[in-house]
Amino acid sequence: MEKFQKLTSTYVPLPIENVDTDQIIPARFLKATTKEGFGDNLFADWRYEKDGSPKKDFVLNNPTYSGEILVAGKNFGSGSSREHAAWAIGGYGFRAVVSSFFADIFRNNALNNGILPVIVSADFLSEIFNSINKDPKATLTIDLESQTITNNATGKSESFEINPYKKECLLKGLDDIDYLLSKKDSIENYEKERTF
Amino acid sequence: MKTLFDKIWDAHTVSTVADGPTQLYIDRHFCHEVTSPQAFNGLRARGLNVLRPDRTTLTADHNTPTINQDQPVKDPISKNQLDTLSKNAKEFGLTLYALGHKKNGVVHIIGPENGYTQPGMTIVCGDSHTSTHGAFGSIAFGIGTSEVEMVLATQCILQSRPKTMRITFNGKLGKGVTAKDLALYMISKLTTGGATGYFVEYAGEAIRNMSMEERMTLCNLSIEMGARGGLIAPDETTFNYVKGREFAPKGEEWDKALAYWKTLKTDEGAKFDKELIFDAADIQPMITYGTNPGMGMGVNENIPTLEDIDEAGRISFQKSMDYMGFNPGENLEGKSIDYVFLGSCTNGRIEDFRAFTNFVKGKKKADNVTAWLVPGSWMVEQQIKDEGLYDILTAAGFELRQPGCSACLAMNDDKVPAGKYAVSTSNRNFEGRQGPGARTILAGPLVAAAAAVTGKITDPRTML
Ligand code: SF4
Repeated sequence: MEKFQKLTSTYVPLPIENVDTDQIIPARFLKATTKEGFGDNLFADWRYEKDGSPKKDFVLNNPTYSGEILVAGKNFGSGSSREHAAWAIGGYGFRAVVSSFFADIFRNNALNNGILPVIVSADFLSEIFNSINKDPKATLTIDLESQTITNNATGKSESFEINPYKKECLLKGLDDIDYLLSKKDSIENYEKERTF
Repeated sequence: MKTLFDKIWDAHTVSTVADGPTQLYIDRHFCHEVTSPQAFNGLRARGLNVLRPDRTTLTADHNTPTINQDQPVKDPISKNQLDTLSKNAKEFGLTLYALGHKKNGVVHIIGPENGYTQPGMTIVCGDSHTSTHGAFGSIAFGIGTSEVEMVLATQCILQSRPKTMRITFNGKLGKGVTAKDLALYMISKLTTGGATGYFVEYAGEAIRNMSMEERMTLCNLSIEMGARGGLIAPDETTFNYVKGREFAPKGEEWDKALAYWKTLKTDEGAKFDKELIFDAADIQPMITYGTNPGMGMGVNENIPTLEDIDEAGRISFQKSMDYMGFNPGENLEGKSIDYVFLGSCTNGRIEDFRAFTNFVKGKKKADNVTAWLVPGSWMVEQQIKDEGLYDILTAAGFELRQPGCSACLAMNDDKVPAGKYAVSTSNRNFEGRQGPGARTILAGPLVAAAAAVTGKITDPRTML
């Protein structure tokens, strides 16, 4: 897994609430057997016309906006458990998603793929949207070590929550399987001692 | 004093990471073709085996066609994914109910009907509706593909402990009101994020009165309000359902298991992080009008107006109205529809087919409706035929398709065309879920049956 430490970047605004995993990556693209290539179909139905040409009014097709951070309305990633949603976001080139609320499974999946979900207050989120309305080249800085996110246009910062274990994993680029494999003995003991 | 959830969680805790998640032992793991291939690739890349092959069961369901299953799958990409599942099952020594097998079907249907799903277990699958299995009084939840790989390699998973919520439904459901209506009602009250971070226990008279099929419908939909899962304390209804199924304990093992299962309930006075109470008598037959399952209302109520929606949500609400072709404030009763889908892990069980069939008995399918009736499994299909439901359905102008996920997520050819309205017993009305541009109205089997015979959104109670 790729490490995540500190990131300063312009960002892509998607001020829509309840963006579900069927929008992030529609089911018909889930037929692959590898993790690669999903970035091309990120938000496919919002992004492309039927004939495959880009929809002009969708933010990913607007050259004004770019960057490694996606900023979205509340309850991002609701719906299915498909990790393909995280692969699509990572495959497109995002390293962090900022929202005021995330669905649980999506958040886990993102963390397991080195993508940082940053939970901010509703006010901070609306300021981020305001800043980019004024200046499309506005930037955010996300510092995982100190757990802070800064809106560089206003200079305001906010701290965000992350589980200490997950934070370590991300800072060091380690994943859960490495950890669990190191616990083999405890698994066998558990199986032996279990009474039900 | 412990909640049911705490009892099962603690009994499966192998260790706890300092300041971090719990290492949880998993009793039963299900896999399907869509979310597993990358996990098996991961095992290969790390040179690992499956640690406990007898605890994982595979089925093909998401991609499978619902006609001509005896012939090779036409879509080459779907075929590749199905072949990959078979290859992985063979290479890693796992049980697979492939296309054509008599135990094949939707993963959350075949688990319970074969007795794999039992009270007190921890159950996971790379699929969010794994919450279905909570109906048996087990901790069951959906996981991502990285986590599928973890479970295959170590039979464990790292999870942070969710908060607990109890939702109590007092009283009785009215005539013509189903478990699906109860669930849609609850989600409309809580919204799609209202239970995020929680594991929910359902309790109260209305829940106790439910059959196992109805409990599965309810627990299935827990994820649609953001919950990690939902569970119901096991009781005689549960034990009677499990007893005698193929992989259920037998003889002395059964007695031992039963004694343990009877301890699985929330202790009097145990504290939940949150408690909600509803009155079952308040619930009407429900439909959804928008593009998430929280946008539900009684079948004869009006869609909210823009003023009813808080400001930050208005862009999303209007977007959803535009997609559905509805107006804020509109009443949908009598509105013409094009498709009806009976099936999925939410409403593809035998009771759903019984309810639908009883309703359409002696009536005719409306000419303007294309009806897809898709049993959740081959065992359900067999039961439909054994009980004589098939003949009644045929007489009313309906056909039965072959089992699979089908139009629930439209990965196969069962896609609702753009702009068409589908009254669907599945679980998600997201944009494009049933095909690009498809407009989904979620409902229970009775509202679906009423729509199928009238061709319109109809309150089933007016026809009972
Ligand atoms: S029926 Fe639908 S929700 Fe259930 S497992 Fe299949 S695709 Fe998922």
